[in-house]
Amino acid sequence: MADSHAGSALAHQFEDLEQQHDAADLGMWIFLATEVMFFGGLFAGYTIYRNLYEPGFAAGSHMLNVTIGAINTAVLICSSLTMALAVRAAQIGKRSSLLTCLILTIMLGLAFILIKLTLEWRHDYLEGFVPGLNFTFAGPNAKSVELFFCFYFTMTGVHALHMVVGVGVLGVLLAQAWKGRFGPERYNAVETAGLYWHFVDIVWIFLFPLLYLIGGRY
Amino acid sequence: MATAAVDLDTRVHYLNAGYGIKSWLLTTDHKRIAILYMASITFFFLVGGIAAVLIRIHLIEPNGAIFEPGTYNKLFSMHGIFMVFFFMIPSIPAVLGNFLVPMMIGARDLAFPKLNLLSWYIFMVGGCLALYAVIWGGVDTGWTFYTPLSTTYANTNVLSAALGVFVSGFSSILTGLNFVVTIHKMRAPGMTWFRMPLFLWAMYATSIIQILGTPVVAITLVLVALERLFHVGVFDPAVGGDPILFQHLFWFYSHPAVYIMILPSMGVVSELVTCFSKKRIFGYSFIAFSSVAIAVISFLVWGHHMFVSGQSIYAGIVFSALSFLVAIPSAIKVFNWTATLYKGSVSYQAPMLYALGFIGLFTMGGLTGLFLATLATDTHLHDTYFVVGHFHYIMVGGAVMGYLGGIHFWWPKITGRLYPDGWARLAAAIIFIGFNLTFFPQYMVGYLGMPRRYAIYPPEFQVLNVMSSAGASILAVGYAIPLVYLIWSMRYGPVAGPNPWGAKGLEWETPSPPPTENFEEIPVVREEAYAYGE
Repeated sequence: MADSHAGSALAHQFEDLEQQHDAADLGMWIFLATEVMFFGGLFAGYTIYRNLYEPGFAAGSHMLNVTIGAINTAVLICSSLTMALAVRAAQIGKRSSLLTCLILTIMLGLAFILIKLTLEWRHDYLEGFVPGLNFTFAGPNAKSVELFFCFYFTMTGVHALHMVVGVGVLGVLLAQAWKGRFGPERYNAVETAGLYWHFVDIVWIFLFPLLYLIGGRY
Repeated sequence: MATAAVDLDTRVHYLNAGYGIKSWLLTTDHKRIAILYMASITFFFLVGGIAAVLIRIHLIEPNGAIFEPGTYNKLFSMHGIFMVFFFMIPSIPAVLGNFLVPMMIGARDLAFPKLNLLSWYIFMVGGCLALYAVIWGGVDTGWTFYTPLSTTYANTNVLSAALGVFVSGFSSILTGLNFVVTIHKMRAPGMTWFRMPLFLWAMYATSIIQILGTPVVAITLVLVALERLFHVGVFDPAVGGDPILFQHLFWFYSHPAVYIMILPSMGVVSELVTCFSKKRIFGYSFIAFSSVAIAVISFLVWGHHMFVSGQSIYAGIVFSALSFLVAIPSAIKVFNWTATLYKGSVSYQAPMLYALGFIGLFTMGGLTGLFLATLATDTHLHDTYFVVGHFHYIMVGGAVMGYLGGIHFWWPKITGRLYPDGWARLAAAIIFIGFNLTFFPQYMVGYLGMPRRYAIYPPEFQVLNVMSSAGASILAVGYAIPLVYLIWSMRYGPVAGPNPWGAKGLEWETPSPPPTENFEEIPVVREEAYAYGE
């Protein structure tokens, strides 16, 4: 039943905690559906152009560093594990585990972003792979390679932006968890943030093969 | 009645449950947020309306009465951008939807009240960005932002206009999200899906479109911005890109968007027709399912905007067939409304006049859509005034009349006051006459070949253009009158009771205006919707 003193876990528009939890859950899933459509536009464009310009896209893909991409993939998968553990910790009210797992998730997320910025994009900029800034390519299919890199930077850029937002949200949750806000009666925020985090991870799982592994290099 | 007037001042309701600007700007009450939206969209309607007035004055002369062609391009672009994105798309969902969804469903608020307030702020930021584009020299790409004009050749404020649309899209998405979760999870006990008022079915279908469609136009505008800023080349043939890809991505949202604009109005009409016939609506499940069918099929027809773009003829054939298909659920609604009227006890107050106007004008607009859905005729009609007439019959003759009907119908609930129905009926009649005089000549002049978006036209079309402009001046008068008496009524109108129309629905079982929490106790629903005469 609803508490009447300040800090009650039940918001006034809901009848009980179960309704509140279900609403939060459904709300986040719907938001993720909008995100699918948002990234979907990029994936649709990528698919069409890759179909039209296979050699150029393969050449572009070969210019990316698969090792770094694979490391980043592993980093994200681990972060999804720590996030899932954080959600579990919040549900059973284990504050210390929740704090640890949130911190680990944030660190892994930051690691992903840092690797991207310093090892990948900085290198791409120095090598002249950035369309609109300094793109130079002295091989065949130069135009389609440039188009590939348009999609590469837009797709990984939009993804990285979502990661930054995710890290920010987790930071806020960390501060709230530190103050002991979460427990078996109040954990929706962690769970919905978890859903968001897993989604951003899954987007990367699609991005990695489509951008890094095409063109049969093995 | 003095006691009722005193009651209005002493009883606590959502309008007097807090004074001062902070209580409005920081409210999470869905009813106050609805009023914030009502003020905002009225303002943006004026912006788009001023552009329309200037266009119609300019078109009195075949060589253009006032403006340079470049300025004319900016006028129709800004008219389209403000009317579509900052008036039509939010109108019924953000105003009537926000106010009514929780009340009709028997809830105390939407699922996410703070998100609701955030939606309004996001909308205002988007609107300010678009206003900036207007004030700092305008944008001339049309509301459709076609490439390569928008990405490469335009030297107007494309970026800020596109950014304004991009930002306001998130307002649309979050409002839709809020409604879907509310309808799924917060229905009062006994309110099964098939006992919901049809307005809620319409809002649900609209919300599905808002949720799934808007993100696509968002990413498309991001790509346009990137191409404009960095010359990256997704739509640029010089790099192997394709400008038609822009059209596909743009229309994938913008066609469903037109159903965002009409479905809520259809929901309003369902409510009006049944109340003012004092008869249960005919074919409830047909109308409910047709709303969902429209939402689904609307995502499959975008190519009918691109028949002459160079897309494959086979794609054109499929899109044409599907466009015929999407007309069917709309027609089903019209038949059911008409059957509701039959042998009903029909009264003709202002809301009903708007509903009847909707049925007639929407039908005309819808039928002309079939001309445009047919490949052979569209080849001649595409980009002529026939198209302009078609969508204005639907959006103005249909959606705006539905909006006005809904505002009049629920005005007593929203404000606790009655407006003067004599003036309201006069305004409705003036609007109907002015509307037809404005837009019927556009069908004719379009059929005769006058292109749209041109600042000049051949002299033989002048008579019809002058008729259209004359009609626009009458229409403007018609729109001004409700502004006057509705505002007047807020202070001087007779106090309304809980249910001045004798309508069925949970919103009518609360006082007018309702208390902040809507219901003392969450109601239990025991009867079907529209249980008139029982």
